[in-house]
Amino acid sequence: MNDFTPEQLAEIRRKQKSRALVMALLLGALVMLFYAISIAKML
Amino acid sequence: MASKAYLPATTVTADWRDFLALTKPRVLTLVVFTGLCGLLAAPVAINPVLGFTAVLCIALGAGAAGALNQWYEADLDAMMRRTADRPLPAGRMDRQSALHFGVGLGAFSVILMGLAVNVLAAAILTVSILFYVVVYTVWLKRRTPQNIVIGGAAGAFPALIGWAAATGRVETLPVLLFALVFLWTPPHFWALALYINTDYARAGVPMLPAVAGNRVTRGQIMLYTVPMVIAAIAPWPMGLTGAIYGVGATALSLIFALLALRVGLSREDDQAKMKPERQLFAFSILYLFGVFGLVVADKVL
Repeated sequence: MNDFTPEQLAEIRRKQKSRALVMALLLGALVMLFYAISIAKML
Repeated sequence: MASKAYLPATTVTADWRDFLALTKPRVLTLVVFTGLCGLLAAPVAINPVLGFTAVLCIALGAGAAGALNQWYEADLDAMMRRTADRPLPAGRMDRQSALHFGVGLGAFSVILMGLAVNVLAAAILTVSILFYVVVYTVWLKRRTPQNIVIGGAAGAFPALIGWAAATGRVETLPVLLFALVFLWTPPHFWALALYINTDYARAGVPMLPAVAGNRVTRGQIMLYTVPMVIAAIAPWPMGLTGAIYGVGATALSLIFALLALRVGLSREDDQAKMKPERQLFAFSILYLFGVFGLVVADKVL
């Protein structure tokens, strides 16, 4: 890992951050979906 | 450039957009539309949340199939201009990530469908994913010029799944809608293949125009159009739909058949002059959206 140039590291960090953000949004959406499904199944 | 050798670049640098691209988002448009129409045309009203979940699962399952298709065909995609910039051939992602993503997404879509909607819809979704990946991608695509016919079956499942999600059953109308998409795919795709140069031959995929020639392809287009028109019109005389669908689908099918006939009678080999083929391809998209829209309109109005 020491062989990464600063530019490569910055690029990797940027992509990791964007992936983590998208994953967080998806998980949040799934929580809401599962909650809505639970309510719908009870009706 | 020594650092490049140590870069597990493809695992680390894959962007979330690359994972999205694996799902073939443009193909999902048709999948979601036909799945939604199958759901809305069903005689049983489904809870909107569960209906949304069903369509979401159909889209995720189709996305998983697309990802597994790209995982398996990375070598082939690298040889074709249209697909060379996909995440795997372009080197933005490693194959293992694509495989894990495809399997994970597919399993998630099936489990969610089974738990939230019903087991029958989940079972058909499983069959559709496996059919596209195993039967079409792995087994037949590189072996037979009828490959697109098999691919068409995979694209025909969403309407059936949508109906099964709402009713818990498989009935005649969704089976006819399945047959319609199945029989629509060859004329739709071969019309395009006639007037554009695909790289399939160079990549070793036996597409019909390259293998059998334009004349045979035109004959096959007409051959598939006849049962397609029958499948499209049949729900009306069978009493499965009303006049709104019957009149609309008959009119659209007649236009499709006339355009296919013009293609069938053409002997043009200059791609720049293949106007009937271009018209048939353009109309075929409108046709499918129109017929499925009519199924829903007939039910709602």
